[in-house]
Amino acid sequence: MVVDAGALEAGLPGRRARLRLSGLLWQRPWLKALGLLTLPLAAFAIVYLGALAVLFISSFWTVSSFTATVEHTWTLANYRQIFDTSQPYLQIAGRTLGIAAAVTVTDAILAFPLAYFMARLAGKRMRAVLFVMVLLPLWSSYLVRIYAWQTILAHGGAINWGLDKLGLPDQNLAYTNTAMWIVFSYVWLPFMVLPVYAALERIPDSYLEASADLGASGWKTLRSVILPLALPGLVAGSIFTFALTLGDYITPLLVGGTSSQLIGIVVYNFMQEANAPFAAAYATIPMAIVGVYLLLARRLGAFEAL
Amino acid sequence: MTGRGARISFAVWSALVIAFLWIPLVLIALYAFNSSSIQGWPITSWTLHWFSVAWHNQEARDAFWLSVRVALVATAIALVLGTMAAAAVARFRFFGREAVSFLLVLPLALPGILTGIALSTSFTFVGLTPSIWTIVIGHATFCVVIVYNNVVARLRRSSPSLIEASQDLGADGWQTFRFVLWPVLSTALVAGGLLAFALSFDEVIVTVFTAGAQETLPIFILDNIERGQQLPVVNVVAFFVIVITVIPVALAQRVMRDTGLIRRGGAQVTETVEAAEIPAV
Amino acid sequence: MRRIHKRPRASVVAVSVVTAALAVAVSGCGGGGGGGGGTSATTSTTIGKGEGSLNVIEWPLYTDKSFAKAFEQKTGCTIHRKDAGTSNQMFALMHGNGGGGGGQYDLVSASGDASLRLINAGDVQPVDINQIPSWKDFLPQFKSPSHNTVDGKHYGVSVQWGPNTLIYNTQNVNPAPAGWDEIYGSKYKGKLTVPNNPIQIADAALYLMQTKPSLGIKDPYELTKDQLTAASQLLMSQKPLLKRYWNYAADEITSFKNGDVWMGAGWPYQTLALQADKQPIKEIVPLPTTGWADTWMLAAKAPHPNCALKWMQYVTTPKVEAQQALVFGETPVNPLACPYMDKLQKGSCAAYHLNQPASYYSKIKFWKTPVPQCGWNNSSDCMDYNAWVQAWTKITG
Repeated sequence: MVVDAGALEAGLPGRRARLRLSGLLWQRPWLKALGLLTLPLAAFAIVYLGALAVLFISSFWTVSSFTATVEHTWTLANYRQIFDTSQPYLQIAGRTLGIAAAVTVTDAILAFPLAYFMARLAGKRMRAVLFVMVLLPLWSSYLVRIYAWQTILAHGGAINWGLDKLGLPDQNLAYTNTAMWIVFSYVWLPFMVLPVYAALERIPDSYLEASADLGASGWKTLRSVILPLALPGLVAGSIFTFALTLGDYITPLLVGGTSSQLIGIVVYNFMQEANAPFAAAYATIPMAIVGVYLLLARRLGAFEAL
Repeated sequence: MTGRGARISFAVWSALVIAFLWIPLVLIALYAFNSSSIQGWPITSWTLHWFSVAWHNQEARDAFWLSVRVALVATAIALVLGTMAAAAVARFRFFGREAVSFLLVLPLALPGILTGIALSTSFTFVGLTPSIWTIVIGHATFCVVIVYNNVVARLRRSSPSLIEASQDLGADGWQTFRFVLWPVLSTALVAGGLLAFALSFDEVIVTVFTAGAQETLPIFILDNIERGQQLPVVNVVAFFVIVITVIPVALAQRVMRDTGLIRRGGAQVTETVEAAEIPAV
Repeated sequence: MRRIHKRPRASVVAVSVVTAALAVAVSGCGGGGGGGGGTSATTSTTIGKGEGSLNVIEWPLYTDKSFAKAFEQKTGCTIHRKDAGTSNQMFALMHGNGGGGGGQYDLVSASGDASLRLINAGDVQPVDINQIPSWKDFLPQFKSPSHNTVDGKHYGVSVQWGPNTLIYNTQNVNPAPAGWDEIYGSKYKGKLTVPNNPIQIADAALYLMQTKPSLGIKDPYELTKDQLTAASQLLMSQKPLLKRYWNYAADEITSFKNGDVWMGAGWPYQTLALQADKQPIKEIVPLPTTGWADTWMLAAKAPHPNCALKWMQYVTTPKVEAQQALVFGETPVNPLACPYMDKLQKGSCAAYHLNQPASYYSKIKFWKTPVPQCGWNNSSDCMDYNAWVQAWTKITG
């Protein structure tokens, strides 16, 4: 459809008023921004930020043991309990951080060659196909993917069957830290592939040509030119693998065991025990860690890279 | 740049990783056809029997329709709020612009359990009983971000001079929106809406805390897996859920490829990746 | 002049999504299994018309289709079930979302360690016992027990009771176990399981009551700090012997089935399910043991109180009590169920001790909530439930 200047000038009723309003908004762009922003920001501030604020405040309350009524008296009891070394909470947090780090490293190792292949080695058609093949698992049901691993890791599941075929002994992987590490690495992998792919794809060919011209071998170019440029992508991906592992409770619920509790499942259990204030207090730990991580990631340019 | 050997090893590694991504999905889809009610491997006999059992399962059907309703409402809210916020952020420089971007990304960046328990505590605090609306509120918090990302990415890639040109030609605000902005944005909105729908339909982490006795489809699956009940029906439902979330996402991909934009190539790839899930600040 | 492309298809799609969503949202306003406050219909002597729906929080099979279907057909009350694994879950579900069942749930089959908490938290309402005709036939211990009757007000109606049992695989466990010793010893290391429930501390305390009388434990639910520490230590030494802790009954069933565990603490429900599946499983009830006495309680904000009361009436009748007892493996509170039990399964009335309840009853230490007030030494320094939860997290974490 082609814009017809003549039709536009045929003054419709109210057109003058609209033109005046448009002019005003054009001269004062911040008015337009304000009009557009008020509703979403207000909704967001009240609902989401407000909820986070209530959560944080409630972490300073306690719950009476018998009737589970929330007592609105200010106290640091919850936090004291968390940081009490005779309690398991710091150890659980440490375990969660460890698994999150392991998952991040695993995913980085798994993702990088794939992303590099997609970005620089694959043909156009192959790239599109691979892209879709990475994207679809990402968007297919998160819960179903974890459930799939529960059946695979189970005693009579596919892994033990495969090991049997190879003549290797059965593994007792179900409900262990190893099981959780495998599942986390699996579920978050596309989150690592995509930003690394975007970062690698952006590297101009001329950089690589220049590096070759200067006499660098393939591996040296990889180390000195490609990796540093891909770093923001890796950091962006690591935000997801790290932050999402820190707070996850579904995976420990389905494939973790009682000796491999993570922050997420402890928070979930305390919510189940109608002790929301303690859950809130413990949840501030992943919140703080993720907050710091986001700030660091920003420093490293993960956000600007995109 | 890389030698032949390196090329081949990269290709093999990629194939293995892709296989790693897809095998569990294929396996769990196969279980829907497993005639035994025990979840062992290998599957020795196949049947379609459980499909009919699941079809007649009233609980599963109710859960499915509830999920659909919630996803539609959350998507609608996300489309409106997300577009408004994206238009403001992409087009105007104002005080606190970066802060707004950062804030809107929080629901995706922070672990979902935080959103869940924060909303749950707040609902109790203000005396709001759980209902379809508490679930929708929980979903809307991150669905808005998905739409926002898509629209911001699109607006950044399109030329602002289009609007100037339109106004130079005498169009008022509404006409500019209808004839200039809307065609540019529509595919981003459709893509964002489809992705938001898929995300809401699949959501379980926040829903566990914001739902009361209401069972969305993921809650139905989770409850039954946890309690070890009705597992063959769960397998069928899982199969169905995989298929049903693949469709909107595949459509969204299609729509986003078909942009008709002036710029192409690297920018388009980045836009697709950005829109997929990366927070754009 | 540049052509500006219009994309009617995409825009139509988007607009219809928004419209459809709004239309559907309006129609779906009453969605879900609950919603809205409930009215108290408990003071009149007749129960009003059923509301068409009933939301229950239950132990598995407490509303099993084998006996619930007839109820649904007769009253039109369709049952929506949420199975719980522990009393804590039941309490949290009832107490969450503003309490009183959150306007979501009508009934909860609470054991003694949840019932008083629910009463004190105001989450359940009294029922008029005259509306439950079978009540007058109940065993005397279950008419007005202290765990569901406070100040003469009945907060619900007793339904069934039973012991925690020691389940074992007859092929792998030789000789058959005689008591709880086996589950604290290393003979079957790595092949044991116990419930993931803080109340399990009472089982350890009960064991210490027999084996270490010097600790002075008089009541496994009323423990001083030292006694709680001793019980915790016993459980911590048990932990490496376990294959896993089970969260839901089905977990234990699966673990026995695939050979992961050979012996464990559980309920008759698991044994019956495994035996029905032709597994070589038996159980023993080493007395004294812990156990549970369950009450159907009416939520304070029940959205369907009439259906709830109708269920209470129905499930306490002799025939249904017998059916439920045999499905789960527990003992009815209504002794008139005895002949029905024997008709369904010969000798079951005696097997579940319904014909001689008193002596059996006194040997079971029923679940109750740990509170600071110690009945046995008239002090208030016993450990409360919070302390038990913290101890349990430490043991399992």
